[in-house]
Amino acid sequence: MNIVVCVKQVPDSAAQLSVEGGQISWGEAPLVINPWDEYAVEAALQKAKDLGGSVTVLSMGKESETEALKHALAMGCNEAVLVSDPALAGSDNVAAARVLAAAIAKVDDVGLVFFGKQAIDSDTGTLPAQVARVLGWPALTLVSAIDELNADGIKVERAIEEGRQVVQSGLPAVVSVIKDYGEPRYPSFMGIRKAARATIPVWALGELGIEAPSPVVAWPEVMAPPQREIATEIITGGSPAEIAATLADKIMAEKVL
Amino acid sequence: MNFGLTEEQRMVQKMVRDFSQKEVAPIIQEYDRKQEMAPFILPRMGELGILGICIPEKYSGAGMDYISLGLACEELEAVDTTLRVVMSVHTGLCSMTLWQWGSEEQKQKFLVPLARGDKIGAGAFTEPGAGSDFANIQTTGKRDGEDYILNGEKMWISLASNADYALVTVRTQKDTGKSSGELTSFIVDLSTPGVTRGDIHGKLGVRAGSTGWINFQDVRVPVANRIGEEGEGFKVTMSAFDNGRYTVAAGATGLIRAALEASVNYANERKAFGKPIAQHQLIQSKIAHMALNYEAAQLLYLKAGWMKNEGQRNTKETSAAKWFATEKSFEAANEAIQIHGAYGFSDEYNVERYLRNARGAVIYEGSNEIQQLIQASYALGERQDKALRMEMPAYEE
Repeated sequence: MNIVVCVKQVPDSAAQLSVEGGQISWGEAPLVINPWDEYAVEAALQKAKDLGGSVTVLSMGKESETEALKHALAMGCNEAVLVSDPALAGSDNVAAARVLAAAIAKVDDVGLVFFGKQAIDSDTGTLPAQVARVLGWPALTLVSAIDELNADGIKVERAIEEGRQVVQSGLPAVVSVIKDYGEPRYPSFMGIRKAARATIPVWALGELGIEAPSPVVAWPEVMAPPQREIATEIITGGSPAEIAATLADKIMAEKVL
Repeated sequence: MNFGLTEEQRMVQKMVRDFSQKEVAPIIQEYDRKQEMAPFILPRMGELGILGICIPEKYSGAGMDYISLGLACEELEAVDTTLRVVMSVHTGLCSMTLWQWGSEEQKQKFLVPLARGDKIGAGAFTEPGAGSDFANIQTTGKRDGEDYILNGEKMWISLASNADYALVTVRTQKDTGKSSGELTSFIVDLSTPGVTRGDIHGKLGVRAGSTGWINFQDVRVPVANRIGEEGEGFKVTMSAFDNGRYTVAAGATGLIRAALEASVNYANERKAFGKPIAQHQLIQSKIAHMALNYEAAQLLYLKAGWMKNEGQRNTKETSAAKWFATEKSFEAANEAIQIHGAYGFSDEYNVERYLRNARGAVIYEGSNEIQQLIQASYALGERQDKALRMEMPAYEE
């Protein structure tokens, strides 16, 4: 059984974002693997070690965008594939889900697909479920632990607002993991050497046997949110009780509570 | 000419940065206050392969180039000097000297476990009465059959109490004041009977690291542990400094960066006279100097690293990089404190630790006065590099 892990290349979290000419810009900030996806890579590597399968890391983007894939290779993934086609410019999540599903279908004997819980740039968190829907596989999202995994199925713990939920399903399945899964490993030097020398195969739409899916979401306008006015006030008083009372009054007056 | 880093070098840089920022930065102040080395640091650096970063894979190292070694040192010292000191002594002074001067048998026996991080190495050269005048060391090695018997004391030795092996240079012939012919180097297993050692306390800086002394009392070291020939110890030791100094230069560059980043952050936050202090020109001047010196220090060590990759002698360039970077790192830390004002004077902020840590590097691995003499002697034509019997290997991909 092989594992696919889907990763996205995003601007570094320290990047200063701005809107220029209706486009989001991150200036010269480096592009890195989406930090949430590192947890997915970690999960994939651990499970492949337990089960003896191979891990293919998959990303969709421009042909130059191989940083995230190389990082995953350096962490220990066996293969990397970039899906890239000029016709995919401006894809939304529906389009991306169809493309990724077609690419996953091209990998042999896939039992599990891992995602990070969301990407730090678009922050939708819907892609794992969308890919699962296109593939017709169960989606196990927001997974904090995998309790059981064998050829017959998988049992996981999901972190949801109400608490922990234990869910099981058959395979193949799509799993999105959260931070609680465990710290991702650093790339090893051997991995770095391998990754730096790797030529990453690029699959265009023709090789996936699909047309460019039509996006359903349009972006008529992109604007930066207005700057918030922040005022700071130091509350003074004769005693902690007096300060607390003044603070409570102000909180009520400002309708914070 | 290409000033860009390779993909591999950038990945190494990020990996070492992630390790030091995530695992060490959160706990370093606690250990600096306790004046103890965090126990996980050496095993973790070994496990991650950082300790053997530039040693070839055939000796169980990571097989990266010398520039990657420099980049790693920059990242490590941007968090704390202690981490870079480990690289200077374990990797620079001990492992790389073994790689350059050791026999194949010695490399298999000593370099392989060092590169893996299974064993820790140190460099024991300085003595209570001999530092800059290294040719004047008094620790003796007397040949006795198939052994040498070592007697004397080494001082200011980083990792003295953590190390398993030390590269030790001793006097094997009477002192006539000549640098060559009288000194010999050995790789010494520090568990040998007659070796005692301990830590020095009350240091100004590098408090989260180990600095100590090693005493040799009739310590028998087999001839098989001699690095190079008898009488080659001065050359072996100077080769060790060519590598140790390189790691110091790169590390000090990281300290300048850390001082600069802390200063920029603080200057943008702190207000005085109705605006962030970053908008006051005298603060900008300090920040401009730090930024310039960071760039210059980095270029100097990267050039030395490039020369190492090419297999070129780099004593002059490495010495210049060490002199400049350590001097400027002390200045940067000092100015960072000034920018932080009274807060910089307390250990609530990191900059006071940067200053204390930067001070040592102006003295060790060849004081900056010695570096100036080296630069002058090259410039005045008094000094030319002669070919060594064993040269540091060029980087092979």
